[in-house]
Amino acid sequence: MTIMSYLGAIGAAQREAMDADSRVIIMGEDVEANVYGTMGGGKSRADKGDFLQMYGTNRIRNTPISEEVMVGAAAGAAMTGLRPIVDLSYSTFLYMAMDQFINQVAKSRYMFGGQASLPVVFRSAMFYGLSTAAHHSDRPYPMFMNMPGLKIMVPASPTDAKGLLRTAIDMDDPVMSFEACLLWGMKEDVQDGEFRIPFGVARIVRQGTDVTLVAISSAVQQAILAAQKLEAEGISVEIIDPRTLVPFDSDAVLNSVARTGRLVIADPANRTCGAAAEISAIVAEQAFDCLKAPIMRVTTPDTHIPFSPALEKQLYPNAEKIADAVRKVTKTKPQGH
Amino acid sequence: MTIPNDLLLEMQRRMLRIRYFDERASKMVKRGEIPGTVHTSIGQEAQVVGATMALGDGDYMTGNHRSHGHPIGKGAALGPLMAELVGKAWGVCQGKGGSMHLADFKVGSLGESGIVGSSIPIATGAALSSKVLGNGKVSLAFFGDGAANQGCLYEAMNLSSVWKLPIVFLCENNQYALSTPAHTVTAGVLANRAAGFDMPGVRVEDGQSVLTVYDAVRTAVDRARAGQGPSFVEVVTYRFNEHSEGLRLAVDYRDADQKAAWLKRDPIKLFRAHMLEQGVADEATLAGLEAEVMAEVDASVQFANDSPYPELSVAFKDIYTEAIGAAQ
Repeated sequence: MTIMSYLGAIGAAQREAMDADSRVIIMGEDVEANVYGTMGGGKSRADKGDFLQMYGTNRIRNTPISEEVMVGAAAGAAMTGLRPIVDLSYSTFLYMAMDQFINQVAKSRYMFGGQASLPVVFRSAMFYGLSTAAHHSDRPYPMFMNMPGLKIMVPASPTDAKGLLRTAIDMDDPVMSFEACLLWGMKEDVQDGEFRIPFGVARIVRQGTDVTLVAISSAVQQAILAAQKLEAEGISVEIIDPRTLVPFDSDAVLNSVARTGRLVIADPANRTCGAAAEISAIVAEQAFDCLKAPIMRVTTPDTHIPFSPALEKQLYPNAEKIADAVRKVTKTKPQGH
Repeated sequence: MTIPNDLLLEMQRRMLRIRYFDERASKMVKRGEIPGTVHTSIGQEAQVVGATMALGDGDYMTGNHRSHGHPIGKGAALGPLMAELVGKAWGVCQGKGGSMHLADFKVGSLGESGIVGSSIPIATGAALSSKVLGNGKVSLAFFGDGAANQGCLYEAMNLSSVWKLPIVFLCENNQYALSTPAHTVTAGVLANRAAGFDMPGVRVEDGQSVLTVYDAVRTAVDRARAGQGPSFVEVVTYRFNEHSEGLRLAVDYRDADQKAAWLKRDPIKLFRAHMLEQGVADEATLAGLEAEVMAEVDASVQFANDSPYPELSVAFKDIYTEAIGAAQ
């Protein structure tokens, strides 16, 4: 085991994939300078493990600020023998390339009757919670869940970031990796060597009997804090991290709800048509008879992200809001109220 | 450059394939045998074939909604293309693409795009593959005068130029984006825009001459293959039919005299006369070629008729490598 940060784990997965397969390349804005810290051992060019030194400019490619051609060219390269990883920096920059994502990346395999294969990964960071305001703070994975053809990973730990990313790079379908900036510094023991975590298999973060709590991305950490607090109140919470939203492990959630009879979903995305909405619908359709209480969603409300930290911090699902929702579905009053 | 006679005859063969295929498709649209929208390349055959024949068999190509000519020009078999147009199981895309999304990866046809300009980045990526893998393949992106005002073209031209990618940007300037005359929405001469990206830009004024187009594109392809980077070739041509088959507009947006002048410059008739005059082939050879191609098109329709329609399960296939989510 090695202690790794979330960012370090992403870097390790990329390095192992680059070493294993010469068809893997990385392209994006500022990747040569390792601005975000996923392209090598450290920020200094002299540091051991610097990607540019290890792989050269043929495989580590700084791009112009041209998201549309970055995404489309990665798709075209994937169709013709490369396995590109595209670093798109911020998740809001994905919108610049929406036509390529939707009309080309997602549809090419289908539209051309299976002739096209697209082994390509699009990485982007969700910078919410850091006072970067409305143009940098979105959590846009639900928009892409709505478009068949794209696989979506939302790792919430260093181990998952490393294992899922490696699976994504080895996969012949296009994958979008949404990485939460709030988790960049999170550290844990990660198993040594190469490993892969399959898509569509949820992680039971914590076992419990009273309520199923599905938590996504940075909401997982908040869910753990909430569950610890609720344990002291005598409420046993089972936390499920789906890890990938497409494919989604509905069996894991349905099996858990069958035991607990209650469901709360903590999702940092906007409320309307969010991941939480879809998970609610799946459970309402397939496990209605198991439910002892209405399903509750803890999401970011349908608003844009304001700059002021005084406003922003109140908007995302946090341990307190999640705990309140759990108390509601178990009809328990908050302690001290 | 001297072109051997068999290559000249092959150019005529491919132009005839496009012409007869599209004329048949047009009839089939009118008879209700082809659903959806069809855009023919009738009148633009020299521009298409001059470009595709300048490519090698292993080279890549992407195109647009005016889509049948490109794969035919690149050497695709007609039967699966026709079966695709009628939405049948034996279609080249199993009936899921239709007229606007033909693709035949076997001949390097990476797909026609229904979104104007959207396939240009794809061709750029294929050129990136060739560069990284060092396999000597060249890409060519077909797009129209309408797409020439899409931003992604300029992102692709810039990226290709700084990375010296082996790609040819081929602008099929048929002078109208549906009903909109190019000069009313386009500043300056398109080919001149190439200079801003530090790449050669040529304008072929006579896009009805297959040899003129071939020469210009061949120069660009050779340059790309030699590692010298991208080129931009603008070919001025004219579509003989309406924007799409069956489209009836109240306004006649094309000048009648101009139209009559262009219709006189039928690229297939021009090249036929040229070959007779130059002694490349005699009348009997050319008539035989025409009969052969007509028989090929007849056979493609027969192939399409013989094909079954796709099973419903095909609608849920190839969304991903394996089945997930769909058809629940």
